[in-house]
Amino acid sequence: MTTCPECGADVVLPDDVETGEILDCGTCGAELEVLSTDPVELDVAPELEEDWGE
Amino acid sequence: MNVGILYSRIRRDEKLLLSELRERGHEVTKVDVRDQQFSLSDAPEGLTDCDVVVDRCLATSRSKYATRFLDHYDVPVVNSAETAALCADKAETSLALEAAGVPTPDTTVAFTTDAALDAIEGYGYPCVLKPVVGSWGRLMAKLDSRSAAEAILEHKATLGHYEHKVFYVQEFVEKPGRDIRVVAADGDPIAGMTRSSDHWLTNAAKGATAEPFEVDDEVADLVARASEAVGGGLLGVDLMETGDGYTIHEVNHTVEFKALDDAVDVDVPAKVVDWLESRVAASDGEGDDQTVEATT
Repeated sequence: MTTCPECGADVVLPDDVETGEILDCGTCGAELEVLSTDPVELDVAPELEEDWGE
Repeated sequence: MNVGILYSRIRRDEKLLLSELRERGHEVTKVDVRDQQFSLSDAPEGLTDCDVVVDRCLATSRSKYATRFLDHYDVPVVNSAETAALCADKAETSLALEAAGVPTPDTTVAFTTDAALDAIEGYGYPCVLKPVVGSWGRLMAKLDSRSAAEAILEHKATLGHYEHKVFYVQEFVEKPGRDIRVVAADGDPIAGMTRSSDHWLTNAAKGATAEPFEVDDEVADLVARASEAVGGGLLGVDLMETGDGYTIHEVNHTVEFKALDDAVDVDVPAKVVDWLESRVAASDGEGDDQTVEATT
């Protein structure tokens, strides 16, 4: 459990949380990037870029 | 083996891959491409120790340059810079497929709105206008009339990045409400699925419904030829049914496979790791799996 950097609400982390993973804040809906896992640090995820894809 | 994962975002695809690699005891080196600097002489720290680096960059521009630099450092990377360059740009893909004799939708590239409008009128309506770089069905335009074509061309010319002034015009293929995605490793199909939607775009990212697709000999042959045309590797080959065969409209070089993994009985990440192991074993000239304690 950690807090959303956007709204301050609690964010539940998956057991296998991974650096670089994107989580959704269940309260404000912000997309959050996991910057580190030990300790867990979150930031608001980058906005979609035009050349993203597969 | 030591597998480098070049990434900027860990999607479910990467999590599946990481999980499979670690379960098999492979060492994994995660490298966030946003933190790296690529000099002309020295590879970024950590990458030189990798037996293979898997390019999972989310941004096409980063994928193209990062793989090019890794090739330059003689660090094995999948997919190759050549494949990335051909698949990242739809015009390049079309040319590669055409040169290899692989059926692909008729396409014209023009550099001005007037020339593009002439090309559009030549195809008639509907036809399709696509960005040369883009994914997930974004900025795709089905043109149903001249007035719509004029408006979209003007918007692209006025508001777009310079790449949007490379007008990629394509015939509209009347597909049966679905297209086919086959994920293949060096031309060998891992699994296939159909993607169905009421919308003319049937990308999984657009919410299309995925169902398993049995890859027959004809599709397998086309996939193998398309793979060879772009330099091989782990690819997502997209086909449309034309009524009397297939046409290949896209080859994806940093393919997402979570939707396929959900749709089929095949363990897709396991097949991907099988392929990585065989590539590393082949490059080492030995068949033994090299398992090292996972550290990352």
